[in-house]
Amino acid sequence: MSFTDFDIYALGDLNLVRFVGLNNYLKLFDDPLFFTALQNTFYFVIVAAPLSIVVSLGAALLLNSKLVKFKAIFRLSYFIPVVTTLVAVAIVWRFIYHPKFGIINYILSLIGIAPIDWLGDTTTAMPAIILMSVWKSFGYNMIIFIAGLQNIPEDLYEAASIEGASGWQKFKSITLPMLAPTTIFISLITMIGYFQFFAEPYIMTQGGPLNSTLSVVQYMYQEGFKWWNMGYSASIAFVFFFIIMIGTLIQLKIQKSTE
Amino acid sequence: MIKKALLYSFLIITSILTLIPFIWMIGASFMFDGKASVFPPIFLPDPFTLTQYQILFERLSVWRNFFNSLFLSTIVTLLYITFTSMAGYAFAKYRFAGKKVLFNVLLSSMIIPSQVTMLPLFLLLKSMGFINTYMAIIIPGLANIFGIFLIRQYCISIPDSLIEAARMDGATDFQIYRKVILPLAIPILVTLAIFSFLGTWNDFLWPLIALTDDSMYTLPVALANLMLEHTKDPELMMAGSVVTIIPVIIVFLALQKYYIKGIMMGSVKE
Repeated sequence: MSFTDFDIYALGDLNLVRFVGLNNYLKLFDDPLFFTALQNTFYFVIVAAPLSIVVSLGAALLLNSKLVKFKAIFRLSYFIPVVTTLVAVAIVWRFIYHPKFGIINYILSLIGIAPIDWLGDTTTAMPAIILMSVWKSFGYNMIIFIAGLQNIPEDLYEAASIEGASGWQKFKSITLPMLAPTTIFISLITMIGYFQFFAEPYIMTQGGPLNSTLSVVQYMYQEGFKWWNMGYSASIAFVFFFIIMIGTLIQLKIQKSTE
Repeated sequence: MIKKALLYSFLIITSILTLIPFIWMIGASFMFDGKASVFPPIFLPDPFTLTQYQILFERLSVWRNFFNSLFLSTIVTLLYITFTSMAGYAFAKYRFAGKKVLFNVLLSSMIIPSQVTMLPLFLLLKSMGFINTYMAIIIPGLANIFGIFLIRQYCISIPDSLIEAARMDGATDFQIYRKVILPLAIPILVTLAIFSFLGTWNDFLWPLIALTDDSMYTLPVALANLMLEHTKDPELMMAGSVVTIIPVIIVFLALQKYYIKGIMMGSVKE
């Protein structure tokens, strides 16, 4: 399909589809908007994924600590955003980021920071979406990290304590290496998941301001289902798939080499 | 002791911060127009009103979208459980030509993101006349390899002797599946059911593409459309969000245990 000029006329009459060879791809690699979308998507993934992993690891470590009771309640409150409907929470967050009445600006005003037009400014729109996405999904990775932490044998820590290792040393030389497989798995699914982000900009910014939050999937959707340039949209889909595949292969390679 | 107090206050504060969007959402949904747009933000409605919900259900007929979401999520889940359990059982316990190849092809197809298959899927369903019908949502949700895989792993652990014994007693293949396999697989079926239900309920991109009439929209799509018209009505939009979110939270709270287990199973499958 990506090698045809499939469009709204072809949708009515399949005989109108013409083979156009690599034309869609040539056009794609010459399309500034596509590169903007690609750049935004990479920006989103590269910032949001590590942030989400660090936050979820932190939460997992806290909840795994022997000092803490009522773990179930804390775990639940961190986890609730994961199951909720993305569209609905994106709407809620749109108002939370409201420049005049939003909660975020209120909290910032308490420490003396002037109101920021989060979703209306090209420099802050993406960070705002990233913050919301991390909030929405860190609970999921947290659960996997907790499972990973519980699989680390207790006697490793005991042995380290006997040899006088500090908390930080234990974390660095026992917890982190033992969690490596879990971490690789989590980074793989998180990156793939984030790469597909769509509803967040669709609801919160419509890809704006000035396309600063336009994502690849959103661009694909617009070309395919708004303008009905389905042949062109298919070429975006294929490039998108190709990138995900490369990413997956790299991660699997890393996984192999750590084993 | 101080360490403990610090730890707890940190946990409590971050938990509240995590929940604040929901608290504000619920509070604002019970306010009159304009009451949520104040500085500093308030969380308790004063006076309390159900106006927003009335507008939502009476004037904007959101009940219709609510019904669509509930109906589709339920139907998809029932069919999904039926098909994945049959396929998973077959892959675990039957011998047939090309089984290994077929299973591996299915497994490797897992890497293809759903967005990539949407264009061809759309054209396929269009040629069948299913676009803008319930079938457009039901058909793609019938089965997926993730579910088949989990059920297969589960069925492999069921001893062959159990199946043999049933066969000795004259049970047909379908009876074995119904009376032996299904009851044993209930925990995993519940897990997959909740994944499927929440997945269908929360899905946005595909229903946005496949459904074109207001009356056919699922809740998230209806809500997104509403947002474009009512950008300046936080109270109304919050009521809409509450209606969309509360059912999934209820399902999740009721079946939490199975959901969490499912995540862990998914993570060890590698």
